[in-house]
Amino acid sequence: MNFPRGILFLILALLVLDSAQAGVLPEDRADVLYHLYDGGGVEIDGPSVLVRKQIGKSISIVANYYVDMISSASIDVITTASPYSEERTQWSLGLDYLRGNTTMSVGFMNSTEPDYDASSYSFSVSQNMFGDLTTLTLMYALGDDTVKNTNDPTFEREIDRQSYGIGLTQVLTRNMIASFNFETITDEGFLNNPYRSVRYVDAGSPIGYSYEPELYPNTRTSNALGTRVKYYLPYRAVIEGEYRYFTDTWDIDGHTASISYVHPLGPLTITAKYRYHDQTGAHFYRDIFPRSEATNFRGRDKELSPLTSSSVRLAVSYSLIDGARGWGFIKKASVSAAVEFLQIDYHEFRDLSTGAGLGAEPLYSLEADIFQIFFSFWY
Amino acid sequence: MKTKLFGRFVVSLALIAGLSGCGGIEPWVKPYERDRLADPIMALDTDPVSSAYIQHVYEAREGARGGEGGAGGGCGCN
Repeated sequence: MNFPRGILFLILALLVLDSAQAGVLPEDRADVLYHLYDGGGVEIDGPSVLVRKQIGKSISIVANYYVDMISSASIDVITTASPYSEERTQWSLGLDYLRGNTTMSVGFMNSTEPDYDASSYSFSVSQNMFGDLTTLTLMYALGDDTVKNTNDPTFEREIDRQSYGIGLTQVLTRNMIASFNFETITDEGFLNNPYRSVRYVDAGSPIGYSYEPELYPNTRTSNALGTRVKYYLPYRAVIEGEYRYFTDTWDIDGHTASISYVHPLGPLTITAKYRYHDQTGAHFYRDIFPRSEATNFRGRDKELSPLTSSSVRLAVSYSLIDGARGWGFIKKASVSAAVEFLQIDYHEFRDLSTGAGLGAEPLYSLEADIFQIFFSFWY
Repeated sequence: MKTKLFGRFVVSLALIAGLSGCGGIEPWVKPYERDRLADPIMALDTDPVSSAYIQHVYEAREGARGGEGGAGGGCGCN
């Protein structure tokens, strides 16, 4: 990875030196959100608060506080462990500095839960060019995770993560804007879950199989190339298409596509979205291994199985205060609600909770309802 | 092979970045033609708090990650 890293820093230096016109900082805004995920025996809910404020003419700071309250009796948990509840708290801080037509951003994120801590540091630089029709962004992030085990207080393993991104936003016509993003992420360290097991054929067991701990490679590098196009229709509405190709060194190849339609109707803005994702499985993934320690690496994490996921989302936003009226220091406010129905069909992960005999278990599929409600204020 | 391709991609973008200093390219969408692009419904990230949450939901349940962007630069039409 030394080659792209060197070039990235060279471009960063060029971009920082190249600034002639005036860019724009993000709008001052606060959002208070409640989220709820309910599906596959897992319920997760909690708040997220995001506040952004400009300081002077060239600095904008952003802070986010986010909580996941998890109550899990997922298919993994009911087949190999006991239901549990836990809480994950995440906070982040960011600062954008605008100089001419260049925006430099730094960010810090920290997430804690009883058996997992994560921190990340990010730096990015964006440059507007060609009369503000083009924005080029380069991003680098460094992550540091600690994996723990609630059953063993002495257990502690590390993960180092590096992420390199490059993005281009391009105004194509007076009605169309597109963005292209490429991101490489490398992980090194303890990448498997300390609780999860794989199953293998065991003639000595009454059910025909036994479990042993999973074992992943300790490195992973992934590449993702994503593109989005937004088109303003002849009347006031927008259609958006999105596509991402994903590939990694674990042999997971994925295609993700979505289409959205946004339609304002008086004080309401209605959004409908359909999203589709399809992926191959990791090379060390098996639903069942032929024997104990059959391969060097082994995993039975259903997210690494070949799978197809699709979701439909409906969202409505209602303008409480518009820009023309205002209310004290608040220029604009809205309340939004979104509901999403998610279905994931796993092509090589069998449902062991049905009690069916070895080889006759049906393939597992998950249905989840995702709900969000949030208030937004611009000031 | 993939790393080489990535390198070429980055070099191409570096050349584009370098060209920005030349100033010889006329914007083909004039500032007064950007009213539709400036409409809030055309913003690349209309609701950051909501999109960050849902991205986290997908990432936790699928094997893929990244590529969604940090390139939300917009059209500079505010």
